[in-house]
Amino acid sequence: MPKTVVLKIKRQAGPDERPHWEEFEIPYQERLNVLFCLQTIQRNPVNRLGKPTSAPVWDQSCLEEVCGACTMIVNNVVRQACTALVDDLEQPIVLEPLTKFPLIKDLMVDRKRFFDDLTKSKTWVSIDGTHALGAGPGCSQELQQLRYALARCMTCGCCLEVCPQYGLERPFVGAAVLAQVRLFNVHPTGAMQADERLEEMSKPGGITDCGNAQNCVRVCPKEIPLTESIAALGRQMVGYGLRKFFSKS
Amino acid sequence: MSERAIIVVGGGLAGLMATIRICELGHPVKLFSYVPVKRSHSVTAQGGINASINVLGEGDSPQIHFEETIVGSDFLANQPPAKGMCDDAPNIVYLLDRMGVPFNRTPEGNLDFRGFGGTLYHRTAFAGATTGQQLMYALDEQVRRYEAEGLVEKFEYWSMQNILKDSEGRCRGIAALNMPTMEVVAFRAPAVVMAVGGPGLVFGRTTNSMINTGSAVIRAFKSGARFANPEFVQVHPTAIAGLDKRRLISESVRAEGGRVWTYKDGKKWYFFEEMYPAYGNLVPRDIASKVIHDIVVNQGLGPDGGRYVYLDVSHIDDDVLRRKLSGVLEIYEKFMGEDPYHNPMKVYPAVHYSMGGLWIDYNQMTSVPGLYAVGECDYEYHGANRLGANSLLSCIYAGRIVGAPAVEYASQELPDIADSALAEVVGREEQAFEEVFASDGEENAYLIQDEMGEMMDRDVTIVRENATLDKVAAKLEDLDAQAARIGLRDKGRRMNAEAIFARELRDRLLYAKMIVKAARAREESRGAHYKPTFPKRNDDEWLKTTLVDYSAEELKISYEPVDISLLPLRERRYDVKH
Ligand SMILES: Cc1cc2nc3c(=O)[nH]c(=O)nc-3n(C[C@H](O)[C@H](O)[C@H](O)COP(=O)(O)OP(=O)(O)OC[C@H]3O[C@@H](n4cnc5c(N)ncnc54)[C@H](O)[C@@H]3O)c2cc1C
Ligand code: SF4
Ligand code: SF4
Ligand code: FES
Repeated sequence: MPKTVVLKIKRQAGPDERPHWEEFEIPYQERLNVLFCLQTIQRNPVNRLGKPTSAPVWDQSCLEEVCGACTMIVNNVVRQACTALVDDLEQPIVLEPLTKFPLIKDLMVDRKRFFDDLTKSKTWVSIDGTHALGAGPGCSQELQQLRYALARCMTCGCCLEVCPQYGLERPFVGAAVLAQVRLFNVHPTGAMQADERLEEMSKPGGITDCGNAQNCVRVCPKEIPLTESIAALGRQMVGYGLRKFFSKS
Repeated sequence: MSERAIIVVGGGLAGLMATIRICELGHPVKLFSYVPVKRSHSVTAQGGINASINVLGEGDSPQIHFEETIVGSDFLANQPPAKGMCDDAPNIVYLLDRMGVPFNRTPEGNLDFRGFGGTLYHRTAFAGATTGQQLMYALDEQVRRYEAEGLVEKFEYWSMQNILKDSEGRCRGIAALNMPTMEVVAFRAPAVVMAVGGPGLVFGRTTNSMINTGSAVIRAFKSGARFANPEFVQVHPTAIAGLDKRRLISESVRAEGGRVWTYKDGKKWYFFEEMYPAYGNLVPRDIASKVIHDIVVNQGLGPDGGRYVYLDVSHIDDDVLRRKLSGVLEIYEKFMGEDPYHNPMKVYPAVHYSMGGLWIDYNQMTSVPGLYAVGECDYEYHGANRLGANSLLSCIYAGRIVGAPAVEYASQELPDIADSALAEVVGREEQAFEEVFASDGEENAYLIQDEMGEMMDRDVTIVRENATLDKVAAKLEDLDAQAARIGLRDKGRRMNAEAIFARELRDRLLYAKMIVKAARAREESRGAHYKPTFPKRNDDEWLKTTLVDYSAEELKISYEPVDISLLPLRERRYDVKH
């Protein structure tokens, strides 16, 4: 049983600064997660060489893997730091920021583009208003289960980090957005705007950019059926293409 | 975007709903949030949202919901707003359903409902065990829709530092910190809605998220916004201990049949079921936490002398558990490394929710004209104890009703507020940061935070004794003095989490002082406020709302009557049906 935990953290004061590595050693405790390691460093920001330093900066909120904030690369695997338990990890524990988003500082990145792509894809139900209009459409238990499974996506970006087609300079929206499009296209009311979403997803950056590498589905912490959703969306796209073709002719 | 835009600070359920309503009325919004709004604390809510829709034909009604809410509040909630909330609840749940929240369904395809604490009806709509997340996403999507139309402009990773006031004392905007660049900027606005959530961090490790800093409300408080009922802090009976936080095991687990027990005389003792035959494991939270505390601390009956009791679902069908509770059980499994489907979970009470908050009128306006408050940061609706699944409801209800009055208020012509007034507020905030940057004392802000949190959690939660509260008050003064002598390690001018934290710590210390002072003053027991020396509710002397006003010398406490115009006082009992 190790008495200490060694962390090797990629530090970078800002996007234009040079990155460097810094190691820390903290006391071991049972059921320690990576986030508590970082919190421990805040309480005594001295690195492994015994040199006072600043504590690394990272993103966090819920501490229970439901907000998606603390996503980072832990020992080469993209995941949430709050559910990364030290007992399950090799040491030194190597922490790096996500690479597919602009860096803010140290382990914190700005995933704004991800949110903007959701907006672009019109993943919402176009309700008539918030006034009393009675219940929504009935829904079978099976459909609810499917919608719930898709709706648990916490915009964490794990699937984007590992996708060979996704990148800062490239238009592809990535698996999570495609799955959200499917979610709204299967909703009884959302389906009324399905073609608008499909139109958006037929443009560059949409579904045809997916190379079907299936990396995404393997890293999703919420087990969102990503590749299945991309395939389902592909089928919707065929129907949409036909509709479009015939409405033109 | 024009300076016509109303500012909403906070993008949890309350802030998002307020934004939607304001936009729906055709008015633009600038939406500020500490984190990208979709990551707000509301996503952690597990159990559900109350609405008396009576799908199961039990004879439930909004009137019964209202009465149970008031009894649950130990009669400290103003009754007309609580009634308004319960009456509107069915509309709210239907609205969320129309927005696409994947609520669980009955075989007929209707909304399904579960039981919850403090009621015998199935009144709680739920989406698996991540209801808050699902509600958040639905509202986030609607806000996104208005964003696409150009009505919403988001400022994420921005932190409100203060409100701007004009010479008449009206709120005319905010000063906010762009955290990545550490730049303070002032924004004019015809009205400001604060939806900044609860103060979890005041109690250190709680069920709350790390963004529940308690700071923003204190900035408003110091700028003249009145506070109400800070002493009423909910301790949830069932959470799991962790180094970094206490993770909630939702009341829905008991609503779906989970049983709480410990050993007594070598046998399993289902103490809630024995003590409260009518409500059993679903007694309200204030009572449940007090009972567990008594059994574990006073009677020493935690299993193996440990600081926990068992919450057991191992008798429930795996299939049901997976369909209705997997989100919660997953948390237990991930963090405790044990299978909760077949082993009883170890749980203990933890600080969870603040009933108190900024004082507001029935239009959600604070004591500062033009400044509104909605959600967990307001004091309305829950009195001395909140019923489970009523918070998501009150957040959305408040966001819904604030829209019209805020837009109306914002439509009046007011004399322009001078640039110099803006510059002055920015200058003050910058100065405060400069002082933090210059500090090179020996203290560490995070360690002071730990000391404050541990003390508040130990001494100012389930049981309150005047002598202890006096010691805590003195210690808080010491900690405040210590906090003035911190040494900042990170001197960087970009996303300086340490500098931000250090400033917020002083706010939390003030919040803590306010809680302690109000708790010290209230010489009775009511809801979450329990003093063994004054063990009973005392309506003759204490049926009144605590008000706190800031002044640099001392916090001023006064009281106002509770509006009990709709339901007569009665004894609060859960051993029999009422
Ligand atoms: C684990 C858990 C489970 C729960 N389950 C339930 C449940 O099942 N049912 C129920 O009814 N209630 C539940 N609750 C309570 C409920 O979730 C909260 O009371 C509610 O979500 C609060 O919402 P809010 O909109 O007021 O604030 P929050 O969701 O806390 O949002 C606050 C917002 O303010 C922003 N903010 C804060 N400070 C600043 C600042 N200085 N500048 C800019 N922005 C700022 C944040 O970024 C955030 O967007 C639960 C609570 C917890 C902790
Ligand atoms: S299948 Fe491959 S290319 Fe397509 S989204 Fe997933 S990881 Fe990217
Ligand atoms: S699909 Fe999964 S991995 Fe991708 S953002 Fe959503 S939760 Fe994260
Ligand atoms: S802090 Fe929310 S997912 Fe880790």
